[in-house]
Amino acid sequence: MSKDDKNKVNTTGHEWDGIEEYNNPLPRWWVWIFYATIIWGIGYTIAYPAWPLVKGATPGLLGFSTRANVQAEIERFEDMNSEVKAQLASADLTTLADNEEIYSYAIQSGRATFATFCSQCHGSGAAGAKGYPNLLDNDWIWGGDIEEIAYTIRHGIRNEDDFDARYSEMPAFGDDYLSDEEITNVVAYVRSLSGLENEQGDVTAGEVVFLDNCAACHLEDGTGDRLQGAPNLTDAIWLYGSSFQEVEHSVRVGPFGVMPAWGAEGVGLDESQINGVAAYVHQLGGGE
Amino acid sequence: MALIDKHVILEKNVTLLLIFSLLVVSVGGIVQIAPLFYLENTIEDVEGVRPYSPLELTGRNIYIREGCYVCHSQMIRPMRDEVERYGHYSLAAESMYDHPFQWGSKRTGPDLARVGGRYSDEWHVDHMMDPQSVVPESVMPKYAFLMNRVISPDSTFVEDTMATNRFVGVPYTDEQMEMAVADFWSQVDPNGNIFADADPDALLERYPGAQTRNFDGQPEVTEMDAIIAYLQVLGTMVDFSTFEPVASR
Repeated sequence: MSKDDKNKVNTTGHEWDGIEEYNNPLPRWWVWIFYATIIWGIGYTIAYPAWPLVKGATPGLLGFSTRANVQAEIERFEDMNSEVKAQLASADLTTLADNEEIYSYAIQSGRATFATFCSQCHGSGAAGAKGYPNLLDNDWIWGGDIEEIAYTIRHGIRNEDDFDARYSEMPAFGDDYLSDEEITNVVAYVRSLSGLENEQGDVTAGEVVFLDNCAACHLEDGTGDRLQGAPNLTDAIWLYGSSFQEVEHSVRVGPFGVMPAWGAEGVGLDESQINGVAAYVHQLGGGE
Repeated sequence: MALIDKHVILEKNVTLLLIFSLLVVSVGGIVQIAPLFYLENTIEDVEGVRPYSPLELTGRNIYIREGCYVCHSQMIRPMRDEVERYGHYSLAAESMYDHPFQWGSKRTGPDLARVGGRYSDEWHVDHMMDPQSVVPESVMPKYAFLMNRVISPDSTFVEDTMATNRFVGVPYTDEQMEMAVADFWSQVDPNGNIFADADPDALLERYPGAQTRNFDGQPEVTEMDAIIAYLQVLGTMVDFSTFEPVASR
């Protein structure tokens, strides 16, 4: 607006030191949008839950509910997968790989389930960590064929939630079972089984200690017994470390690694998920 | 026009202007906040939620002190992906005894609202000592010092903390207040190795579902015990096999 139009515009009547305040009307488009938002807002509170009343709030004409929405969303995916899930849940694991459609679903869903529930201990790549077994190699403590893997997942290891959990307990040989000297010797012997050099301990004396105390579970040649979850001590794979101190610590305290029973009630994995994880783990590289 | 001309009075009187501004602004707050205190469908009655036991409360204070909430939320939102990863979405009632609540606002680490029972105590110890030893890609700092910090009910002011919580509305009973020290020991030392009068059964009566054991595997009672006790109870109080959500909420 140029200076010449000045007289056509009303002023508010405020004037100070020759400066006047114009009273231009708001642009019409702005005013109409403003009114429209008010009407929209009223409509919105009628359509969606909004107005607080005495006890509850108005539910809204559209019946919107976050909880119902997430429930419907979950059910939609459950329905889409229900057929293949049912097949996987009742599938014979030994012949699972023959059915391409179910096998592929098993691997993919198993990968997702593994990432959610298993990766925290076994690692996102299933390589494990000290105290948490590597699932990529051929070394299986409780058995590495697909049904054994599924059993381990379903019932877990050394837990109290499942009566059928895999269970064994290595004695803490430091608690008065063996003398310090015997422990040093047996550690040297165990390390020598996989060709590690020792700076202390008598290997020959250690063998005697081993045969008297350890061979019942780890077998006379130290190759371990899967029925008892006793690891093979002759290979280069060490769950709790291979240094002299680490092996000695294991002998003294008796490791007691645990795993949840994922099939137990309330824990959450259903049969198809367990079979899926078993198939996924089995095909990672070490499956038998 | 008569009424609208009156606002000259407000414009010329600063105290009146302030009072009326405050009234106008508070309308927004009252409309949004006040109904939440009385509407039945925001205050859902959920079975199983109980105040934290003294040891859990101690662990919770450590959780707050170390700023765990900066990276970990405790709020599973009602979305499919979150429900599939973390479990049932969080209910308002599950944090009704949290002062202050630990919902958080950012997830650098995973949500912890239902971390209870999901990992073994040993895993928690390994993970706190050196997070990268179990999760190589983690950026979480080490909290190994918690293992060395020996605590007792006195050193953690657990009775005072409970009294404060009670003051702001957590319904600790007189019995719970009175037995706070015994309950603290009974939970972490159920066999009475340190505290001869340990009575885990009485603790369980006062705090149903509390887990009693030596959490960190050391003979001493440390901050590690407390924080693991707290983590192991998170999200476990409500039994979702019997819980039926009302869809209209």
